[in-house]
Amino acid sequence: MAKILAVDDSASMRGMVAFTLRGAGHEVTEAENGQLALDVARGGSFDLVLADVNMPVLDGIAMVRELRGMDSYKGVPILMLTTESHTDKKMEGKAAGATGWLVKPFDPEQLLATVKRVLG
Amino acid sequence: MSHSANTATASAAEATAPVQYLTVNLAHEEYGIDILAVREIRGWTPVTRIPQAPHYVLGVLNLRGAIVPVLDLRLRFGVVRKEYGATTVTVIVTVAGRHFGVVVDAVSDVLDVAAADVRPVPDMGTTVDTEYLKGLTSLAERMVLLLDVDRLLQPQDAQMLEAALPAAADVQAVA
Amino acid sequence: MVNAALAQFQQVFIEESLEGLDTMESSLLALDDGGDAELVHTIFRAAHSIKGGAATFGLPEMSSFTHEAESLLDEVRGGKRAIDGGIVELLLRTVDCLRGMFARARAGEPLNDATAEGLRGELAAMMGRGTAAGGLQARRPADQADAWTIRFRPHAGMLAGGNDPLRLIRELAGLGELAVTAELDRLPALDKLDPTECHLGWTIELAGPAKRADIAAVFDWVEGECELAIEPKHVVAATAPPAAAAPVADVAVARAQRETSAESGTVRVAIDKIDGLINLVGELVITQSMLDTFRDGVDASRLALLEQGLAQLARHTRELQESVMGIRMLPIASVFNRFPRMVRDIGQKLGKQVRLELVGEHTELDKTVLEKIGDPLVHLVRNAIDHGLELPAQRRAAGKGDIGTLRLEASHRGGNIVVEVSDDGAGLNREAIVAKAVQRGLIRSGESLGDEAVAELIFQPGFSTVAVTTDLSGRGVGMDVVRRNVADLGGSVTIRSTPGKGCVFTITLPLTLAIIDGLTAAVGGEHYIVPLVSIVESVQLKREAIKTVAGGGELFRFRGEYLPVIRLHELFGCPDAVRAIDEGLLIVVEGDGARVGLFVDGLIGQQQAVVKSLEANYRRVNGVSGATILADGSVALIVDVAGMVRMQSRRKVA
Repeated sequence: MAKILAVDDSASMRGMVAFTLRGAGHEVTEAENGQLALDVARGGSFDLVLADVNMPVLDGIAMVRELRGMDSYKGVPILMLTTESHTDKKMEGKAAGATGWLVKPFDPEQLLATVKRVLG
Repeated sequence: MSHSANTATASAAEATAPVQYLTVNLAHEEYGIDILAVREIRGWTPVTRIPQAPHYVLGVLNLRGAIVPVLDLRLRFGVVRKEYGATTVTVIVTVAGRHFGVVVDAVSDVLDVAAADVRPVPDMGTTVDTEYLKGLTSLAERMVLLLDVDRLLQPQDAQMLEAALPAAADVQAVA
Repeated sequence: MVNAALAQFQQVFIEESLEGLDTMESSLLALDDGGDAELVHTIFRAAHSIKGGAATFGLPEMSSFTHEAESLLDEVRGGKRAIDGGIVELLLRTVDCLRGMFARARAGEPLNDATAEGLRGELAAMMGRGTAAGGLQARRPADQADAWTIRFRPHAGMLAGGNDPLRLIRELAGLGELAVTAELDRLPALDKLDPTECHLGWTIELAGPAKRADIAAVFDWVEGECELAIEPKHVVAATAPPAAAAPVADVAVARAQRETSAESGTVRVAIDKIDGLINLVGELVITQSMLDTFRDGVDASRLALLEQGLAQLARHTRELQESVMGIRMLPIASVFNRFPRMVRDIGQKLGKQVRLELVGEHTELDKTVLEKIGDPLVHLVRNAIDHGLELPAQRRAAGKGDIGTLRLEASHRGGNIVVEVSDDGAGLNREAIVAKAVQRGLIRSGESLGDEAVAELIFQPGFSTVAVTTDLSGRGVGMDVVRRNVADLGGSVTIRSTPGKGCVFTITLPLTLAIIDGLTAAVGGEHYIVPLVSIVESVQLKREAIKTVAGGGELFRFRGEYLPVIRLHELFGCPDAVRAIDEGLLIVVEGDGARVGLFVDGLIGQQQAVVKSLEANYRRVNGVSGATILADGSVALIVDVAGMVRMQSRRKVA
């Protein structure tokens, strides 16, 4: 199916996302923070990027900004993982170039539906 | 009357069900080791010598990750040590949860020995101190000395340990 | 399947959250000491992760609870609120409360308790609003209609965010039948057209009952990047209550969690250990495929290769076994980390100023030992602050600084793990102890006792010298319990007291499963492992450098002092060893505060050794702390450096 880059500093959250996506047949690459994700993104190509907002080293918003600056990621959907308390973060993410967001808590079905939605 | 006698005989037989012994050769004698104490038999492999050990403790070997002492039964019984060869084996026995290896010239057989066939050991005629024997049994013209494995590392060893301990205790007291 | 996975990731989540709480706690303490803004971010991130994860992993109560703390932190982070002692205090209690909630989550118990409810109120009060305004937001009534008209005009730059209008329209089609009209009025002339921009707009007629919220949700991500108008064609009065599917899922999660929580303790493992395992498995696979070539038979010419392959297989298997055992080894830091907080709290309560020093946090212990050493250490620490360290005024009177020092140090020593709790307080009060012991009938009045014997008295059951039992130490738990707990782990506790200077409690634990780094030394044909931590240096000496003293002892000069030589071949009776000093090597080792030179033939290399007990099947051997298994499967003995040093000093005395 699709090649997806999952970025989250929380191993449980990342594991859950990866497990769910792999179960649906996607190929998932995991990265622990924005910086590592950029390194991975440069080395490969992905159909979709899923990223947490709050991360050490390089946070999700800065990462999206960097990704959008790379030619090969201009049109690639990037979804941010946010919590409901941070509507301002959604807007910040949008401004940085994120395609959309997934609101935590998410459940596996919602995640798959959203991914399906952006992948068309 | 005859009825009760029969019952008595039956229960006696039950109590003395035959015990299986692994027989091993050592200096032209045949010894039996209670097979329930035998954990495994392995070919002789060199061991790591340990300091301050009695002369018959050859060293330790690695038994699937456990450090197990190995003693040479010949040396234990004061028989001249023999060059180890192709038939030399280490019998790993377990006594009271502790494992140790016993090096013998060769393994021979497994015997069923009924309690009734076990006779006390006469004080003379064997190379072994009777202290380590439970008894002996005969099979055709073979005589098998039944080892008391529980005592192989004891009681003399316990005494040796006691003898070795003051040094250790001293050390601890100083610390 | 999904629930099982959820339960599994919930365990991971709890583990990482507990770590996050540790981070929060240490950062809060650092903040209290005047730390920088980055700490606030760290604390916020930890709280934020817990909040987000808790909701995902079936712990909504924790999520809403953490939300309160997060909101408070957000204000601090945003500079809307200054951090002060009160906030730190409140947040520290929040950390404690969350720890409790995680413990209950593991046990499958209800998460909320009175403490949590109380704290939630306090947090909300701190934020200047009531508890009612908690996590949940009121749902807006669903606006429903049978048909809708939607006008959608993307801004020119909308495409850059990865949102495709076609995708949105397709998504709308999932809600009902569509009639779409494109609006071309903004379409520029071809020579002015930028293909990366969006110039079209659409008017969409949606037929079929749909909620406004559902339609709006489709355009959620492009909010602010388009003009959007959603107009109902027919208004439906009544709204259906939302389906009750969610609670069912919650129950399933809770059940799955309970099934796995039964004693399924997890271990977090350092990446390098896992990498080591993966390497080993890799080698194992190579060996296996090599051995596989013998499937069709073995001819004599390849016998050596087969033997080599089998030996390799045996070695890899063994190494794998050892590495897997090594996974159980964890740094003592996880136990030490709870002390900064505890020391601060106890110190405050007693009006004592305490500086805590932690040394050797990376010392690795078996997980089981680690879990059980916490309580005895807590007791010793409490004890040291309560009974050992003096009040600032008393310290001043004794010519010491106001701030007392409490030191926790872990190390590998002589094949043991030694944890020392030392303070620079008053030391044991000999008179008080003796008086108490007489009162308790432990000794007779007038009995003369040595210092050691007096120190021993405090390990007697029920012994306590404080006239007024404080709520810290006076819990009916005495030093006797500490000693028993440590003895249960196969260890011992000793005490060394210097009047006016302080006390040192030393817990010595065996390292049945511990791993040490060691140097392999050759003596004769034999190999011995010398623990790396005790090695100072290895030197090669000329014959003249050795001084022989009366009684046959040998000394050599090292960094300005004379050290005794211990010839390993003599001590261990190794045959065929090097005897001439200039042909071998002296390993200068340190143990129990003293140094000696171990004379060996030479060094072979460095390796990690899984320490095995000699006593399990044999007995203690002087100068040997244990044994390990070498790569070839043979056994090597590990040198007990501290024991040797002690033997040496005993020889000197004799």
